[in-house]
Amino acid sequence: MAFAYTPGLRVAELTEITKQRRLPLKGEVTVEKGASVDADTVVAKTDLPGNVRMLNIAKIIGLPPGDIPELMLVDEGDAIEEKQTLAQSKGLFGLFKNTVRSPIEGIFESFNEVTGQAVLREPPIPVEVDGYVAGRVTGILADEGVEVTTTGTFIQGIFGIGGETRGELEVVVDDPARELTADLLDESHRGKVLVGGSYVTRQSLERAVELGINAIVVGGFDDKDLKEFLGFDLGVAITGHEDKGITLVLTEGFGRMEMAHATFELFGKRQGMLASVNGATQIRAGVMRPEVVIPVSGAEEKKGPGDHEAGAMDIGSEIRVIRAPFFGRLGKVTELPPELQELDSEAKVRVLGVKFDDGEEATVPRANVELIEK
Amino acid sequence: MAVASKEITRILATDCGSTTTKAILIEKKGDEYRLIRRGEAPTTVEAPAEDVTKGVLNAVGEIEDLEGRQFLNDQRDGVLVTEDTSKGVDLYVSTSSAGGGLQMTVAGVVKSMTGESAQRAALGAGAIVMDVVATNDGRLPHEQVADIRRFRPDMILLSGGIDGGTTEHVVQLAEIIRAADPKPRFGVGYKLPVIYAGNKDARELVADELAENMELKIVENIRPVLEHENLGPARDTIHELFMEHVMAQAPGYPRLMSWTGYFAEGQEWKQVPIMPTPGAVGKLIETVAHNEGIEVMGVDIGGATTDVFSVFEAGEEKVFNRTVSANLGMSYSVSNVLASAGMDNVMRWVPFDMEEADLRNRIRNKMIRPTTIPQALEELIIEQAIAREALRLALVQHKDLARGLKGVAQERTIGDAFEQTQTGGTLVDMMGLDLLIGSGGVLSHAPRRAQAAQMLIDAFLPEGVTMLAVDSIFMMPQLGVLSEVKQDAATEVFDKDCLIRLGTCVAPSGPQRKLKGALAEIELEMPDGQTQKIDLQPGEIRVIPLAVGEKAGARIEPAKNIDVGAGQGDAWEGDLEGGVVGLILDGRGRQPFNLPEDHSERVQKLQEWAKALESYPERYLHMGEE
Repeated sequence: MAFAYTPGLRVAELTEITKQRRLPLKGEVTVEKGASVDADTVVAKTDLPGNVRMLNIAKIIGLPPGDIPELMLVDEGDAIEEKQTLAQSKGLFGLFKNTVRSPIEGIFESFNEVTGQAVLREPPIPVEVDGYVAGRVTGILADEGVEVTTTGTFIQGIFGIGGETRGELEVVVDDPARELTADLLDESHRGKVLVGGSYVTRQSLERAVELGINAIVVGGFDDKDLKEFLGFDLGVAITGHEDKGITLVLTEGFGRMEMAHATFELFGKRQGMLASVNGATQIRAGVMRPEVVIPVSGAEEKKGPGDHEAGAMDIGSEIRVIRAPFFGRLGKVTELPPELQELDSEAKVRVLGVKFDDGEEATVPRANVELIEK
Repeated sequence: MAVASKEITRILATDCGSTTTKAILIEKKGDEYRLIRRGEAPTTVEAPAEDVTKGVLNAVGEIEDLEGRQFLNDQRDGVLVTEDTSKGVDLYVSTSSAGGGLQMTVAGVVKSMTGESAQRAALGAGAIVMDVVATNDGRLPHEQVADIRRFRPDMILLSGGIDGGTTEHVVQLAEIIRAADPKPRFGVGYKLPVIYAGNKDARELVADELAENMELKIVENIRPVLEHENLGPARDTIHELFMEHVMAQAPGYPRLMSWTGYFAEGQEWKQVPIMPTPGAVGKLIETVAHNEGIEVMGVDIGGATTDVFSVFEAGEEKVFNRTVSANLGMSYSVSNVLASAGMDNVMRWVPFDMEEADLRNRIRNKMIRPTTIPQALEELIIEQAIAREALRLALVQHKDLARGLKGVAQERTIGDAFEQTQTGGTLVDMMGLDLLIGSGGVLSHAPRRAQAAQMLIDAFLPEGVTMLAVDSIFMMPQLGVLSEVKQDAATEVFDKDCLIRLGTCVAPSGPQRKLKGALAEIELEMPDGQTQKIDLQPGEIRVIPLAVGEKAGARIEPAKNIDVGAGQGDAWEGDLEGGVVGLILDGRGRQPFNLPEDHSERVQKLQEWAKALESYPERYLHMGEE
């Protein structure tokens, strides 16, 4: 059977995209099903429980935990002020009293008569979730959030850093093989999502942060630069919480890598439109890839996406090689032999024949290609 | 163990790893169970599939392709378990570590006592321990609260105190867990499972703290008295809760869980629980050690984690230990291996130069595209260099946790007072080790078996006489879960199709500084009756052809201060068993192991060793010359 499953990154010009917008804890959903929302519309909110402080009242007073309740001046559940007296010992003849004061403002949550420990909680932390993309609310997740659906361009990257952001899309290089250099950046790019070509250096990325650019999308980036930019060596790929003032999305991988032409052209078509970007990447436990979502409106929205089946590779499928020695090259599948074949490394694996865009033909392991999905 | 009504002769078993889903087909032919076919496909927790069952269907589909028979149902959306002998199978079982496996936080009063016991219980059950919270872990309570929340464990194991001891500290830990109120990774709607396995007198007090907001299970104390560890009940409960709460929430698992099982008497459907992969492998290693009465170590190097299992003697009993190095693996965690081991340690195994920036980018690209495989020889060499370091670091962590119980009072005589040994020393004894088994893609799928042998030797540095083996095609997890239902089939396939004996490694150990002449004089009586005399020189590797199942009678006379298992300078006598690689005589030294620091000298040695072992193609011997 000349068919194989292979994972692939999505690059779709027009598709329906549904995003779950979920609170970390149960809370209140603030929009109704069917409502139109913008990227910055608050769709749900809640209060996260405040941080906890533990205070061993028995130790401070110097009495067994069982003797403390009668000395308490507050009850469980009471609101407390910073420095408010929580408990006081009787002292000797009314003198030398030991006093326990609250180190924080918040709630006196509980006291444990076995350990003598009190739990104090700081005020709750309000959390809001926005729509992230402009679209329609198509589902309500009771007390947790909503689903927002939009029609538009959807481009997945392979790796990113930084969380959700948005801005006007601008392509700043004329060729997908060109590097995004610092001299291409200026004040007019503040708040925008910029698309470069093959590569960006740490220095250029730092310049982008200075200029207040919201996101950069390029083909590749050096791991050495990543380490220096973050200030630490990323062990396992779980990103999205970096607070570096910018979101970075790589469409191809690490190193200098020409952005796939189809991806680059698609960005070109969407210049000037509002793009929502998320750099969060998680390569285990519920895989997430970084993404750029560009909602469309009007006639194009009504046209809607075509049918599409994901993950199927066949003769003629467009693929990209994702490992040396042909890393980054694009081509079409010419052959899917079922038998195992020996590679240069002497490993015997399932392979495919590929004809690259420049006409060269090669054999590569099936595991080393990804489908270019449209 | 449940028993099927009709004899089970056709078995399908899958392992959903973090990178690849592997399926094997086992059938009874005549009197014996044998492996018939194997298929694999990328694990599908990633878009566009986001459902682990797709990877299973693809892997089983590959077996269908190769075998030309039907194993999926007509709708092609499930594994076909049927009594119809023309298609499908009689039994389907599966293990899983996809989606990050089982992630736990454990808590104990004293970190090196109940904290360690709790850690051992969780690890033994196949979990990844994210954090060990203890009264004396150096963190303030609010920091502990913040960490419990941050790690978002799938489950918490709380222990502490011996039965009848003080209850205060363990209740304090319960309070911290309550205050943290962590939320499970999958599904907002369910309560986080907490297992309490501490002082039995504190059960009610702990329940007061936790029963309302958590799914609290109370089991027997894992340390009822200081001198004894009772990990079984906590382990079993972890397995149970893993299935009920964690797996049931992960994408696609409820469907997979409905497929695993067989028809028992009267067509009654018997479900077979999905096991966490490491739990299944551990079970198999334990069985081997028990059946053969030997000291065994096993290692499973995966995409995300590396697990080490061992059974060593501790006094009169054999003790099983498992550790998981959560961030040492060949794909998802590969960058972390480089970060932990350092560039120099990785490159010392590579016979050519490479820019650090280039190496870092290559490794990162493997991390973000974990299912790719090395096509070029250079890439394979780099990957195997990284594997050596991942294995080495995993062994360091294993030695650290596989210890005797700490805090146990020892009876001492006057004589002992002069020889103060600490309680809780490591149980890992590389000299006593009889069998070392390697499993995991990079070992099982190494294009030449000699590469697997070399990786195991370089990373683990076995001492004395040790048999090396690999899991032929990476199927120990499937056989582990199968042994729960069909022990005879699992044992038979393990012996005949899974375990590939690479050969015995003989490695003299001890300081070579003052050595003049050979490390050891070895006299071998080969199966054909001929005798061979070998003077093993420092720094060399020799391979003597000796096939699987063949034995050579040996007398090994080590130099003064050098040990091969009988004591320093004492001769070792016995039979050495062969394997697909042969007898490996390793004169590179142990305690210390010697690798030249000079670059060209080191490259020359690497090439000499590769030549002796025939571990790489001819091209390897000329790398780095230009």
